[in-house]
Amino acid sequence: MALYDVFSISGSALSAQSVRLNTVSSNLANADTVSSSPEQAYRARQPVFAAVMSAIDAGRASTGVRVAGIVESQTEIPREYMPDHPLADRDGYVYKSNVNTVEEMANMISASRSYQNNIEVLNTSKQLLLKTLSLGR
Amino acid sequence: MPLSFDSALGIHAKALQVRGKRTQILASNIANADTPGFKARDIDYRAVLSHAGTDRRVGMRGTDERHIVSGNDIPAASLLYRVPLHPSLDGNTVDGQMEKAAFAENALRYQASLTFLDRKFKGLIGALKGE
Repeated sequence: MALYDVFSISGSALSAQSVRLNTVSSNLANADTVSSSPEQAYRARQPVFAAVMSAIDAGRASTGVRVAGIVESQTEIPREYMPDHPLADRDGYVYKSNVNTVEEMANMISASRSYQNNIEVLNTSKQLLLKTLSLGR
Repeated sequence: MPLSFDSALGIHAKALQVRGKRTQILASNIANADTPGFKARDIDYRAVLSHAGTDRRVGMRGTDERHIVSGNDIPAASLLYRVPLHPSLDGNTVDGQMEKAAFAENALRYQASLTFLDRKFKGLIGALKGE
């Protein structure tokens, strides 16, 4: 029954979107983190989504989502001259994180909308299944 | 008079199956709305339904990725790719709004098929009881 597969498809999407929300919250939480070298500085993280083809499905119609990996942003780490800061290096610089808060907020809204879409799909399929079960009563 | 469910229920049982399959395909599209390189898919409902009405082969189920499955419910040729209205840079062709509209429409038509089937069953029960 094809409708049962919707649960695993939408479920995988929900879990992938929640990983995305997790990285957004981690990025926003560390937006103001400073460190004493560019290597130690916090870099913004993003998940990479990949489609999962179902093994036992000849038509390759059911396709879930998985998180293929988390990549760190390669944009330049901004540095600031703060000689009084306890974490400042020998030249008096501290290194901030390269998180772009505006980008992260937009990312958060997009992730939350995608999550809602998948919940909606799940609910509709559940209702259809329940109606099918009560057929002929 | 031979009583067979196939002739009593007509096309509606097949239609329900195909609608269920389409629900699954559209759910895959919505689930992969943010996956780079994903190509949205859909089925040609009319072609699949006419195939379901005539094809009487007994299908085999594949239990391994390397099995060649024959006679499955949806022929691979009718599982098509959507033509994107505005393709995005990452190669994803899912249009969230279009997919949601198609999903809602499909759910409604599934319920229509269900109602038809329900009435058929009610008719059969009425005939059996003879009230």
